[in-house]
Amino acid sequence: MPLWLWIVVGLVALLVVSGILIYNRLVKLRARVNNGWSQIDVQLRRRYDLIPNLVKTVQGYATHERELFENVTEARSRAIDANAVPDQAQAENQITRGIRQLFAVAENYPDLKANENFLALQEELTGTESKIAFARQFYNDQVMLLNTLIGSFPSNVVAKTFRFEPREFFDIEEPVRAPSEVEFPR
Amino acid sequence: MYEQIAANRRKTILLIVGAIVLLGAVGYVLGLWYSSGPAGLVGAVALALVLSLGSFFGGDRLVLASTRAREVTTQDQPRLHNIVEGLSIAAGIPKPRVYVIPEQAPNAFATGRNPEHASVAVTEGLLSTMNRVELEGVIGHELAHVVDRDILVGTVVATLVGAVILISEFFMRSWWWGGVRGRRGGDRGGGGIEAIIFAVGLVLLILAPIIAQIVRLAVSRQREFLADAQGALLTRYPPGLASALRKIGAASGIPMRSANNATAHLWLNQPSRIQGEGMGPLEKLFSTHPPIEERIRRLEEM
Repeated sequence: MPLWLWIVVGLVALLVVSGILIYNRLVKLRARVNNGWSQIDVQLRRRYDLIPNLVKTVQGYATHERELFENVTEARSRAIDANAVPDQAQAENQITRGIRQLFAVAENYPDLKANENFLALQEELTGTESKIAFARQFYNDQVMLLNTLIGSFPSNVVAKTFRFEPREFFDIEEPVRAPSEVEFPR
Repeated sequence: MYEQIAANRRKTILLIVGAIVLLGAVGYVLGLWYSSGPAGLVGAVALALVLSLGSFFGGDRLVLASTRAREVTTQDQPRLHNIVEGLSIAAGIPKPRVYVIPEQAPNAFATGRNPEHASVAVTEGLLSTMNRVELEGVIGHELAHVVDRDILVGTVVATLVGAVILISEFFMRSWWWGGVRGRRGGDRGGGGIEAIIFAVGLVLLILAPIIAQIVRLAVSRQREFLADAQGALLTRYPPGLASALRKIGAASGIPMRSANNATAHLWLNQPSRIQGEGMGPLEKLFSTHPPIEERIRRLEEM
């Protein structure tokens, strides 16, 4: 074979190999995005499960806060029934705020604050809130990587050929972090 | 990050080969000493191979056992479990197993061969002194080690270095107390070569633990900065880890009973065995971790 043919063969092989590598990376990222999405879902569901319990526990002590209880319960069923992402995000934000208010209310009831069941629920919900935040962070990170890859050259050629679509970021309110955190007793 | 993982893998192989050679040399010298010829070498190489394979699959259990860590359930430690699970989600890895070590000095480490078989262990002292954000910072740092596969290097090195230290210490002691009965000194009339080999061997036995130390240093210091940064990236809150490190630095006077040379590099911060003002100048020279003030400073600059 003449030299120029060798060069052409080499170039084609290089193209094919890099195409395969890019394709595999796209597939991997898409899987991670999907996985991230289902993680968010798992944690949101966990929160739905905890809310009735929390409402019931707080109700036992704080009888005057009916409106707040109804608010949270209603937001919860709206979030469960929501079909579109923006609706759900809005309902989730309402839940987050509602839970925060519930815990604020609990501050006024020393008996409730000492209730073991309530303390366990508080830990569970705080944990779940931060897991939602972390799941969202992971999901959004992966979406960013995927969208960047789909948008930039030369991977956009591969992405177009195999119909990889850019994905949407998931924006819900971040639970307040850190500085206001209470110190746990030593 | 992926390049770092690949580079880490190459370094792992190199370090393990180095440790096996070291162990083989120690074994060879021992064999000569006990006049059993090449049996010592063969034995030591076999031991090294068994150890490195064993530590690949079971080193995590060995390390955990040597620190007397016990696994805790979600019911025992809900806060710790929630934090580990949350940060594993953020890192995109399966949730590691969670252990608590009965020590009052605040510290933590991660071990295991890959993210699918990983464990995170924290001391009781850590749990009682840290608030949620600080605990998140610490766990974030440990999970960064898991993601980077530092834990495999760390665990295998801990096992091999442990073996080298153990063998040479054992030998030095039996030699010191004149219990080296295998050496039938008189009846072999030993030539000059033998004497030289003995001299070299003696030097090697003395040097082996030091070489082992240096191997560990190669693994450790720079990786700590990296894990700090990546951990902070996971929690998105660098002050959390900074404040945890500050508390750990303040508590450095509390000694750790299970601290030893073989596992020092695994910990979040170098454990001290001696009660008192922490590290002396010699310890600093051979320290596995960068100074805690430097780590805090870098976190604060993020």
